[in-house]
Amino acid sequence: MSTAAEEATGTTAEDRDILAIAREQVLERGVPLDETQILRVMRTSDAALTDLLALAHEVRMKWCGPEVEVEGIVSIKTGGCPEDCHFCSQSGQFTSPVRSVWLNIPELVKAAEQTAATGASEFCIVAAVRGPDERLMTQMREGVKAIKEAVDIEVAASLGMLSQEQVDDLVDMGIHRYNHNLEAARSFFPQVVTTHSWEERWDTCLMVRESGMELCCGCLVGMGETVEQRAELAAQLGELQPDEVPLNFLNPRPGTPFGDLPLMESTEALRTIAAFRLALPRTILRYAGGRELTLGDLGTRDGLLGGINAVIVGNYLTTLGRDPKEDLALLDDLKMPIKALSSSL
Amino acid sequence: MTKLHLYCGYCGRPRTEPGEESSHDGCAENLRMEPPRYCSQCGRRMQVQVSPTSWTAKCVEHGETSNP
Repeated sequence: MSTAAEEATGTTAEDRDILAIAREQVLERGVPLDETQILRVMRTSDAALTDLLALAHEVRMKWCGPEVEVEGIVSIKTGGCPEDCHFCSQSGQFTSPVRSVWLNIPELVKAAEQTAATGASEFCIVAAVRGPDERLMTQMREGVKAIKEAVDIEVAASLGMLSQEQVDDLVDMGIHRYNHNLEAARSFFPQVVTTHSWEERWDTCLMVRESGMELCCGCLVGMGETVEQRAELAAQLGELQPDEVPLNFLNPRPGTPFGDLPLMESTEALRTIAAFRLALPRTILRYAGGRELTLGDLGTRDGLLGGINAVIVGNYLTTLGRDPKEDLALLDDLKMPIKALSSSL
Repeated sequence: MTKLHLYCGYCGRPRTEPGEESSHDGCAENLRMEPPRYCSQCGRRMQVQVSPTSWTAKCVEHGETSNP
């Protein structure tokens, strides 16, 4: 039964019902919401947003703790990708201004040093490719070795779709975590990418999960998907059980098919963060690209108090991020300690 | 000697075209959150490498610019 105070906030009976279910199921028992329940959360009213974010924060604190994992990323091979991911400025199929460039090993080590200097525990090396060829695997082998000799940081990688042999090679290199995003719900994926299938991505994720590397598998929201497809995506990620889910918000890039889409509304973005936390109570949920534009400074804070427990600091692959000092000061202000190297969330 | 910025680093078009004034205000705003992609001297597309706390842009004709 609702109280007069609850009704006075403007929340609906449906808002209060699904939040009560989430509190009992996810917060108390640690059982993730299913797809139908996630959809109900994503349909809650703006009036319920404060309560929703507070609940998602409680879930994060109970099942993950107060620590925040900080990561830096760099592109080892930029642009010229043969795939047609409609949101991506690095596809060679669009008239994007991004030119192809390779990063050499001294610069790669320097990027790892820059990342470590921010206090980050994770450094992810990313390549714009369908999957790695021998040249890229050789560059990775030499680059990861050089980083490990010079910098005390966990090394992650994101090199597209993998064969089992390549998975084994990355394990041998000492790659701690492998990123391969689902990007979108299975039902929406054909409207985002046509050069490979959602199932191919899923298969790589399964191989990584079985390999001993941690699996980082995230997505991009705000690409025109329906709220039902967003709930479907959260449920599919829940089924995959990745160690980390990076959550990107579309930053429409000039020259790409999604270049003219509007930014996602900040309230919608925050509701998505909270819903993902209720779908993935124990997972590292990371702020990734697009948050600066979609959420701004205030929204960034709200998300960290609404389910997020990891951030990418500094710049992204082709765009710039906030000054790392601003994010670190915010974490300090929120009394959220940065996860130390080699400790587990 | 100060270099003239003849082309917009964001869209690659000439900074001043006949009948246009301040036509790159939106581009300047965008450049707060991304590195320049076009050479300010010749308008060529540059090779840009972004790293966690800096970026470097190379024009085949006019060399390298970076930040910080």
